[in-house]
Amino acid sequence: MSVKKIISRLLFLILVIWAASTITFFVPRLSPRNPIRERFQALARSGGFSPTDLETIVASYNAKFGLDKPLYQQYIDYITSVLRLDMGVSLNKYPRTVMELIMDSLPWTIVLLLVTTVLSFVIGNLLGAIAAWPRSPKFLRLLATPFILLMGVPPVIMAILLLFFVAFRLKVLPLGNAYSTGMIPDWSNPAFVWDVVKHQILPALALILGTVGGWTLAMRGMGVTIQGEDYVLFAEHKGLSGTTIFKSYYLRNALLPSVTGLALALGTVVTSAVVIESMFGLPGLGRVLSNAIYTNDFLVIYGVVLFITIAVATLMVVVELFYPLLDPRIRHD
Amino acid sequence: MTATTLATPQAQVTRPSRLTLLLRYLRRNKSLTIGLIIMFGLIAFTIIGTLTLDKADAYPLSVKPKQPPSAEFPFGTDFFGRDLLAAMVVGLWQTALIGFLAGGVAVIIGVILGFTSAYFGGPIDTTIKGICQILTPIPVFLIQVILAGSLDKRDVTIYTMAFIVVLLSWMGPTLVIRSQVLSMKERQFVSVAKLSGTGDMGIIFGEIMPNLLPFIAASFVGAVFAAVFASFYLAVLGLGPLREPLLGNTIWAAQSQGAFFNGWWWWPLEPAIAMVLILGSLALINMGLDELANPRVRRTE
Repeated sequence: MSVKKIISRLLFLILVIWAASTITFFVPRLSPRNPIRERFQALARSGGFSPTDLETIVASYNAKFGLDKPLYQQYIDYITSVLRLDMGVSLNKYPRTVMELIMDSLPWTIVLLLVTTVLSFVIGNLLGAIAAWPRSPKFLRLLATPFILLMGVPPVIMAILLLFFVAFRLKVLPLGNAYSTGMIPDWSNPAFVWDVVKHQILPALALILGTVGGWTLAMRGMGVTIQGEDYVLFAEHKGLSGTTIFKSYYLRNALLPSVTGLALALGTVVTSAVVIESMFGLPGLGRVLSNAIYTNDFLVIYGVVLFITIAVATLMVVVELFYPLLDPRIRHD
Repeated sequence: MTATTLATPQAQVTRPSRLTLLLRYLRRNKSLTIGLIIMFGLIAFTIIGTLTLDKADAYPLSVKPKQPPSAEFPFGTDFFGRDLLAAMVVGLWQTALIGFLAGGVAVIIGVILGFTSAYFGGPIDTTIKGICQILTPIPVFLIQVILAGSLDKRDVTIYTMAFIVVLLSWMGPTLVIRSQVLSMKERQFVSVAKLSGTGDMGIIFGEIMPNLLPFIAASFVGAVFAAVFASFYLAVLGLGPLREPLLGNTIWAAQSQGAFFNGWWWWPLEPAIAMVLILGSLALINMGLDELANPRVRRTE
């Protein structure tokens, strides 16, 4: 892998981060809303201080957040603070910073994303590989079709259908929230951990069922191509057993394109995960975002969006840089 | 005399009517047929509903709240006193409006940019392609959240939703059209037209455009799908026009009122099923059009 390639990928990453932060800087300034004024007007309506006080308070807060400086200065300040991962403070939960809110909720989102992505990747690719493998049993090959059909159902709608059938009708699993009301959050208590796991099953299932078909479809297509490759035919003529060919010659090579797809899929899975978290009331990034939307907490909205964008773009570049290690046929030059 | 009478039935056999040909094609292209049948069903539901129901019932405080499906309210009513049957009719219409508006504008932008990019090449091509490539890894939906979140909630209408969706959904169609034009402009019929003195506009509209129509149709359906999807997600997060009975809004309202916790199961379930039907039919139509546009994947079975 050449140094030039690494540098160009890193430059691309910086460009993406710059584009995203520029959008989050300029879009709010295009709209006529002033979040600080709105916030204090709401307080003034409930608390009752005079309009002249309001003006001085707004002016002092504008100075505090640097909103009275010229636009280019604000822009430079903004970009440098984004690079330091400083997204400002929450207007609604002041003095907590946006980064603190993100860090509190991040573990929930990461665990949900990790578990669902790994499970859906493994199940989907295996189903696809089996479906394309002519020697696999017929009932296993037919199993792929329903999952491919489920692809048309977005995870959010899958979530509602699951909530209705599994949680509401059968009453096997809880309807929402991170843990039962009345439970005291204590990770050393196995009963609490089991309760949390039970609450995570439906959101995870909704995400898995909505994404598994994509992997199955891609793998089935790839599998057919790989079977015609010379090295598979050669392995067959050497008299290797079916399982060896399946594992070492067929599956391993057919998996390669899916690994690249993993990074690309992350962008869409994050979106679904955010909406699902807010629907189920899980304390992840999704709920931080939907709460911020509900209370017009602008800096939190922008912070969460920027954070997810930077994370996804970074992961994509990382996967791309490590890809040659998996597939020696690809050389970056 | 006898020769002509014999010739007529033969001509009928060799040249079936256009309708028969169309029906025969639809029988072969099953996904297109099923997709179109669901789509027509939804359109019929919306039209009949619009003609027979009072649209005001789709808004709060118009009927008795929290009623399960019954003879009087076949779809039940919600917490705010909307008749959900009327809400579904209006919601389907509004969803279709956003989808077709946003999808249509996105495809028009995509066709214009894709054509300019591929046909003229050079720095224009590099710029347009570069912008598309930088914007693609950014989860577009999150930027839409910023745009929608920056608006005053009272200003959000069906049209601003469509506008927000359009702003970030032209990249896909642009790249598709660009790659098609790139391959098409190297074909022989374009060279022949160029050699015989046809101008740029003549080649674009007379030679390339007609061959591109199936791809434009397919990317239009794709763009409508993306627009419906994006506006639905925005509405589920509470960024839609809150008063309107948009399908995503209904789900957002139901979830924020804890519909399942309170036993009002019909409230979130109905928009979810409607959404499955819309997205399912669009996906099937898209698959069918793909088969039409790209004969290589055309099934022989």
